[in-house]
Amino acid sequence: MWEYSEKVKDYFFNPKNSGVLEGADGVGDVGAISCGDALRLMIKVDEPTQTITDARFQTFGCGSAIASSSALTEIIIGKTIDEALRISNQDIADFLGGLPPEKMHCSVMGYEALQAAVANYRGETWVDDHEEGALICKCFGIDEAMIERTVRSNGLTKVEEITNFTKAGGGCSTCAEGIEGVLERVNAEMVAEGVLAPEMAFNPQAYVRPVKEKKVVPLETVLAAAPQPEPEVRPEPAPSPAAMTTLQKIRLIEETIEQIRPSLQRDGGDCELIDVDGNRVMVRLTGACVGCHLSSATIEGVQARLVEAVGVPLLVVPATPMH
Amino acid sequence: MDPVYLDNNATTRTDPRVVETMLPFFTEQFGNASSMHAFGAQVGDALGKARKQLQALLGAEFDHEIVYTSGGTEADNAAILSALETQVGRDEIITSAVEHPAVLSLLAHLEKIGRAKVHIIGVDSMGRLDMEAFSEALSPATAIVSIMWANNETGTIFPVEQLAGLAHRVGALFHTDAVQAVGKLPIDLSSSQIDMLSLSGHKLHGPKGIGALYVRKGVRFRPLIRGGHQERGRRAGTENVPGIIGLGKAAELALEYMAEEQTRVAALRDRLEKGLLQRIGNSFVTGDPSSRLPNTSNVAFEYIEGEAILLLMNREGIAASSGSACTSGSLEPSHVLRAMNVPYTAAHGAIRFSFSRENTDTDVDRVIEAMPPIIERLREMSPFWRERDKQAAGFNPTYA
Repeated sequence: MWEYSEKVKDYFFNPKNSGVLEGADGVGDVGAISCGDALRLMIKVDEPTQTITDARFQTFGCGSAIASSSALTEIIIGKTIDEALRISNQDIADFLGGLPPEKMHCSVMGYEALQAAVANYRGETWVDDHEEGALICKCFGIDEAMIERTVRSNGLTKVEEITNFTKAGGGCSTCAEGIEGVLERVNAEMVAEGVLAPEMAFNPQAYVRPVKEKKVVPLETVLAAAPQPEPEVRPEPAPSPAAMTTLQKIRLIEETIEQIRPSLQRDGGDCELIDVDGNRVMVRLTGACVGCHLSSATIEGVQARLVEAVGVPLLVVPATPMH
Repeated sequence: MDPVYLDNNATTRTDPRVVETMLPFFTEQFGNASSMHAFGAQVGDALGKARKQLQALLGAEFDHEIVYTSGGTEADNAAILSALETQVGRDEIITSAVEHPAVLSLLAHLEKIGRAKVHIIGVDSMGRLDMEAFSEALSPATAIVSIMWANNETGTIFPVEQLAGLAHRVGALFHTDAVQAVGKLPIDLSSSQIDMLSLSGHKLHGPKGIGALYVRKGVRFRPLIRGGHQERGRRAGTENVPGIIGLGKAAELALEYMAEEQTRVAALRDRLEKGLLQRIGNSFVTGDPSSRLPNTSNVAFEYIEGEAILLLMNREGIAASSGSACTSGSLEPSHVLRAMNVPYTAAHGAIRFSFSRENTDTDVDRVIEAMPPIIERLREMSPFWRERDKQAAGFNPTYA
């Protein structure tokens, strides 16, 4: 059984805005009955303000497809067309409190239906860029044709490169074997065509699948691009822990978090200090950090930075449950 | 309200009498049958009795034709890999397009590594094997034919006896994955030509983690798992004693209830089908109604998707399963229904109801009551439902 969030279940069992929208200004159809899911999104647009005043959906598909469709209508009603077009499939998944990796394509379908409905409203035709081909990575909806294209045009010879270029294999990683298969075949073809040196080609015998390491992104890496505060403008060097009062410690924590925030804000996220209880520092990640699967790495980065600044062991805990 | 469990082809409830029989073998009788003391001897006797019980269910001539395994999947793997090793000079395998992944995945792998050439025989719209293609695929290169006794999704029964005879004509071994058949259909291997047969305990109210491979006396066999001398060297590893004991008791009970399975259980199934088809339009039964397991019904509801149906059924306390893509994590609907060319409009909405001797008339009433609103609700939500006349043009199932 899939592990659906309560919100997914709620939107499936009690879907909002399902049914036909009479006199729709834009209709977007994506998917097909043969694929096992299909979505028709209908929108009403207030011409002068370019605002979506109503949206309804009809969906053929599984529980999360129906929930994603309903969530999409809830998200876009009241938004302008331009605002709506900025919504990503991740936003739909986040709205639902996350989707199982294998079900992320349901949110992609919602994203595509929205693009199609807006195109229809504008009198354009939205063309999806899916090639016909076996879907290899279900988490990110990457098919064989896309992997092949990417391997060929970039001369890729490693599985990790494919993940970096296409995201394929970057989620649940159950498709590792499938990616290897495509890479092996395409590289062999490239060697035969004389566009790849045989010794460069992917060699499954020599290949050791990397152990999935716990991904800890050092905050320094994250901050590298951000303007670093000069050492001289840093606050007073941390007093030795013994000499520090609780108030001093909290101030230091506050100041350090203030220094971290700009780099998080650049990525659309943010971090706020909620409370300090002994050595527990409660922070809330907001904005793009919510639902980001790297948020635990971010928390660890914040912790490393705080420990360094304050000079005592601290445990940074998120104030909202993380994914 | 009590839940209604109609997913017995996935797994059955372990019969309480089976559990009771197993329990002492976790506590007092914990010995290793191989040991040279009373603890071991006690267990050895019990294992011998359990083997006889399973032998009786299979109608096998000798009890040592049974090799215990961890389940159906291991039995399938052991049978096929053994045949490739013992059938020297033969490297072709014949199977059907609707086998369980325990067979199909293994064969795809063997083909990929160049170990075997695999012929996959198709089925017709009722899931019946293409006998012509089957006969043509047989050759002196055929090492083994592996065709299931009954299909897990539709219940369609294959003519295994006839297929075994044809296989023998070219000197090939015949294996059948009988995981769904054992306990539901009368079996008499002593008068059969079948060389190897796989079964699984938890499909017949026995415990999970135990199964067996029947290997006819005289058929050469090479073990999948090597080590100790257990199972006459055909499957090493200390016996799963409680599992074997439980499987024995489950086999004894299955034999006892065999007639009921054919009559009362089949009648429940038929009543459910009739009730559903009467109340719900654009639905039909898949599989071969004239040759089916007595407990299995696969009903396709058009224009809706199986996982959504199951979620709503689950809320009503009804458990069944679906060959739908979304429940399996793949994007293709059931390979069985695809092989039968069930149209996409219906293949995604196929629901399998599988009964057991534990089901009652009340269960059937509950499902017949609950299904119509569920189907209607999802159809109202489906973009295809109102346009079905356009969609369905040219499609008219003849065996509804």
